[in-house]
Amino acid sequence: MGANMAENHPVGFRFVMQAKERGAKLIHIDPRFSRTSAMADLHVALRAGSDLILLGALINYVMSSEHWNRDPFFQEYLTHYTNAATLINPDFKDTEDLAGIFSGYDPEERKYDPEAWRYAGQQGKSSANQHHESQDAMARTEIVGQQDSIPEYDFTLQDPHCAFQIMKRHFARYTPEMVEQACGVPQAVFLQVAEAILTNSGRDRTTSFAYAVAWTQHSIGTQIISCCALLQLLLGNIGRPGGGILALRGHATIQGSTDIPTLYNLLPGYLPMPNATQQHGSLADYLEQERPQKGAWYTMPNYVVSLLKAYYGDAAIPANGFAYDLLPKISADYSFQPMLLMMKDGNLRGLFCMGQNPAVGGQNAVLARQALANLDWLVVRDIHEIETAAFWYDAPEVRRGDLRPQDIGTEIFLMPAALAAEKEGSYTNTERLIQWHDKAVEPRGDCRSESWFVYHLGKRLKQLYQGDTSPRGRQIEAVTWDYPTAGATQDPDLDMVVKEINGYTVADGKPIKNGTALKDDGSTACGCWLYSGIMTEDGHNRARNRKGDERASLGWGFSWPSNQRIMYNRASADPAGKPWSERKKWIWWDAEKEEWTGYDVPDFPEHKQPNYQPAPDAKGLDAIAGDAPFVNMADGRGWLFAASGLRDGPLPTHYEPVETPVSNLLYPGQLHSPTVKLFHRSDNPYHEMADPRFPYVITTYRLTEQYTAGGMSRWVPWLAELQPHGFIEISPELAAEHGITNGDWVTVWTLRGEAEALALVTERLQPLMIDGRTIHQVGMPWHFGFGGLAQGGIANDLSALVEDPNSLIHEAKAFTCNLRKGRIAGQSQGARPL
Amino acid sequence: MKIFNQLKDHIGLVPNPISDKTRQIHARINDASMSISVCPYCAVGCSQLVYTKDGKIIDIEGNYESPINGGTLCPKGAATWGLLHSPTRITTVKYRAPYSDHWEERSLDWAMERIAQRVKQTRDAHYEERDEHGMTVNRTLAIGHFGGATLDNEENYLIKKLFTAGLGIVAVENQARI
Amino acid sequence: MSATIPLIDKTMVGQHGARPGAMGFLTDTTLCIGCKACEVACKQWNQLPMDNFGFTGHSYDNTGDLAAATWRHVVFVEQISDSTGQRATAMAPFQSNWLMMSDVCKHCVNAGCLEACPTGAIIRTEFDTVVIQQDICNGCGYCIPACPYGVPELSATDHQAHKCTLCYDRLDSGLEPACAKACPTDSIQFGPVTALMEHAQTRVADLQSRGVDSAYIYGDRAIGGTGGIDGNNAFFILTAEPEVYNLPAYPELPQDKVGRAFLTTFGAALALGVAAVVALRG
Repeated sequence: MGANMAENHPVGFRFVMQAKERGAKLIHIDPRFSRTSAMADLHVALRAGSDLILLGALINYVMSSEHWNRDPFFQEYLTHYTNAATLINPDFKDTEDLAGIFSGYDPEERKYDPEAWRYAGQQGKSSANQHHESQDAMARTEIVGQQDSIPEYDFTLQDPHCAFQIMKRHFARYTPEMVEQACGVPQAVFLQVAEAILTNSGRDRTTSFAYAVAWTQHSIGTQIISCCALLQLLLGNIGRPGGGILALRGHATIQGSTDIPTLYNLLPGYLPMPNATQQHGSLADYLEQERPQKGAWYTMPNYVVSLLKAYYGDAAIPANGFAYDLLPKISADYSFQPMLLMMKDGNLRGLFCMGQNPAVGGQNAVLARQALANLDWLVVRDIHEIETAAFWYDAPEVRRGDLRPQDIGTEIFLMPAALAAEKEGSYTNTERLIQWHDKAVEPRGDCRSESWFVYHLGKRLKQLYQGDTSPRGRQIEAVTWDYPTAGATQDPDLDMVVKEINGYTVADGKPIKNGTALKDDGSTACGCWLYSGIMTEDGHNRARNRKGDERASLGWGFSWPSNQRIMYNRASADPAGKPWSERKKWIWWDAEKEEWTGYDVPDFPEHKQPNYQPAPDAKGLDAIAGDAPFVNMADGRGWLFAASGLRDGPLPTHYEPVETPVSNLLYPGQLHSPTVKLFHRSDNPYHEMADPRFPYVITTYRLTEQYTAGGMSRWVPWLAELQPHGFIEISPELAAEHGITNGDWVTVWTLRGEAEALALVTERLQPLMIDGRTIHQVGMPWHFGFGGLAQGGIANDLSALVEDPNSLIHEAKAFTCNLRKGRIAGQSQGARPL
Repeated sequence: MKIFNQLKDHIGLVPNPISDKTRQIHARINDASMSISVCPYCAVGCSQLVYTKDGKIIDIEGNYESPINGGTLCPKGAATWGLLHSPTRITTVKYRAPYSDHWEERSLDWAMERIAQRVKQTRDAHYEERDEHGMTVNRTLAIGHFGGATLDNEENYLIKKLFTAGLGIVAVENQARI
Repeated sequence: MSATIPLIDKTMVGQHGARPGAMGFLTDTTLCIGCKACEVACKQWNQLPMDNFGFTGHSYDNTGDLAAATWRHVVFVEQISDSTGQRATAMAPFQSNWLMMSDVCKHCVNAGCLEACPTGAIIRTEFDTVVIQQDICNGCGYCIPACPYGVPELSATDHQAHKCTLCYDRLDSGLEPACAKACPTDSIQFGPVTALMEHAQTRVADLQSRGVDSAYIYGDRAIGGTGGIDGNNAFFILTAEPEVYNLPAYPELPQDKVGRAFLTTFGAALALGVAAVVALRG
């Protein structure tokens, strides 16, 4: 669900095909019939934006089924490994009680106070900070939970305030009838799916879900994924081989760039950026607020201090809080979409764009190009003259004459970049596996790696600020930047960078063995604690390991944390430490050697007895019981009820997309997520529910033959020819209503913009019956733009700026539009390409 | 000789002549050097073999040894040679002055110095040492960064380190949210 | 074998005239995800240019046909709804309802192109594959109508005939062809024709046992490799009639037709001659 794996991860899909050979069943639940559907046993077409309803109904089906209630496996997994038995604050009110919202909602601020969702008897340490100004900070203690004492449980699961009973009531209205009405999926088809998933889960079998951005790109995206996590916890499918929820990520190192983040709100290893709206004034304050007392995150000070040592070297000493003040602080949401507004409004004046094409890939791309046109300067580092570099003379608005180059003041530097094989470095793939790519040749001409660019830019800036004793001078002066350079291009020595990421002892510069060696006294430096262990103590880069095998391939690359391949793999054994079954054996307790062992690196303290029970005042991992696999969480349990950590509620709840043709059939009084982040401005208008001007649901997607915003595919002849032009997929039923035949020009529009596409009339799209009326859905790949060989209207010229309140991701997978036959007036009248 | 043995079975009346070129045919990677790379497209992480001869890449194909792709590639991965050798790939710096209607060729060194100057100007003009409540923030909101998901981990590390820790640039984002 | 696929003779299923040592392709469409890795891997290895650029509107097929610079071509056929117009939900366990097939030169046991080539440019290699020698081909184009599958094409650039070589250069160096190597789902398999044919028969039986009644081999003497061709060294597992994929069900060697035509002409001439003699006698 939420993924088109055969098309977007074709080589990953070979494992699905191998499983099918061995009899596995593949179900594809997606608005469109895609190349994945063609390989599936079952294709379930649903309305874009209704996924959570179907998942909720699966949860309800499972919890009500005799099979699930009878099989002791499920009960054992549930009571030991999840927080099903945990009692919740009796004052908590569910959406059942408050007509679609949870207790703790502030309608003025459009925010929740998660204090109302606490476990019973728990204060919640950060309660004093709940009323901070910014919605954009989430303390680490909130994410993993903060408990002052051991929670209260009812292991009979009968108490009406236990998470299990609350959840059961919450999902009671997610029924097969509702799925039929709101998703457009016939009940019989839904029941087929539900039965297949249930019967394929248990002691001896596991079911796996794969999702991608078709789940994240919704205003409730995080909750859709949470909902799946709940289902998988109920079915005992987490931490076990063949189970899990697989996030199919879309770029070579989008995982790595989240771990070692080029993201505004994170420091390497998921450490929160210091935030001026929080009590983050000093290092001590920051750690006091962010450091959870129980669970794996207790050692966070070691990571923070070691990072400061890696960043600021000798300038980071205990007396100055390891130069904590030199780290900038955030105060608001500076994520991708608000950045576009900062640019357009003149607050963000200079931009580096390295391997990204926001003129095509940015939501509300019309606005994105206006934002680029309002910059003082723009550095684009890429391999082609992508739209983001060429917008000032080639964008549709310039071609039309609405905007002229002589009106655009942006100074633009288009810098040629080097690619993998022309530079060395590592990518982290979708399985958290870090792999090294060697340099095969020198880059051509002035093509250079980003390492080269950033390193030499840093050198020049250090020079320019030499002798400047102001804080901004000290900041750039203090940052350690002394990597040796080598080779014809004088690239920085990446072995030194890998060592810094891995961590080393300050005194002798030797790599540390793993993250447990890190200290909070300044004796160790570490650029990303999560990657510690990537370099061995004798300096070998384990990302270069290339010895695979038939099972976990622990000798191929390095996967974080500590080379573990399945996270939370303690759950692959029963509470006593025995494998749940021979067939699903992965990690188990060796009673003789008194250690965890198996096919993988155990994600659990090596010698912790399965029957270990923590003392009430225990800290860190000592506070985690021997039968609690989810070591990152303060209570070691998988959360069915998220007492904190989410901004839009403790349980997944369906709300309609910001733009929808139908009302919320689940909660008639609450159409949208009560905490969705909207940007109400004249240049980012939204469509009202069921606006007759925009009757169709539109969803955007990728194709096998193209890649993201096109910079790496539309200019490459062999790929361009395979999908040479932008198109829109329309069902024959809708095409007939508009007199559109296959290959016709079609104009699609929203209040944000319009785009041209060629019609691909196909039965792979189908109208659905939603709440008694026909809803048409159309699909448009978002790869295309005005540059390169393969061109086409920009799908993102149609989409809007909208944010999921947790992930700050937009909603391009479900919004509304209209369309007509023909081209945009004033557009160059090319010949019909058919 | 093996060819001629086979040709005995040939159904035609006369065996067709084998040209010198055909006789000498062999895979061009036979005597090439090989390095190991990772496909730059999606996040599956397919291992690639990069064959080079005389400092040029002559072929890129899947690595049989990889437990991920076992020698295979998708069309994008198979086009990696074409990506590297794209006919419209830029290899020199292009510069567009404010309000100009054309690109200008500039040297790499000139561009690097000019960019450094522009960063300093913008940063100096828009640097905040403290926020309105007196909290130390040491940042500039006037410079931003997009990208990173298609770069290398080490590059992301250096970008975050220089831009955020060294320059106080906080608006640093990649494709993880789009 | 499904009743929907009419065969010349059921006893010919799996029968094939491949010579000892023959190497070939099995393209199993039931495993094909239509990714086109084969098309690109072929172009990459053989350094073939972009050709025939343009949006066709034929599903996801913008390649159109095998051509001088396109030696693998993935055909896309949408069969999403059933006879009542109902869209597919429950389907056969492997590829169904959206058919995708990577077409390629069949490397016929008896190859029309080779027979027709007047210059001797087209040879049968030691791998029993059919290769056009570019240093001999003079671009006469006789091979083009001689191929019952429409495979070779004259290049507009060098005016010579081109088609798949089954990566003759790679084979000669002990490497498997680029397309088969790249194929992520092993839809394209390379190997000795006899082994591939055995595998294909096992696979078809397996598919039928899983409810894919329509699966069959295309390229044996029963279907696809007929009419004097005596089998294809590059054969297929299909699940719909050959015509659905733009393949001839019962191709014939033009030479056979020439032979028959010659006999007909000869017979006619003889009859005429006899008639004339009779007439003269009369």
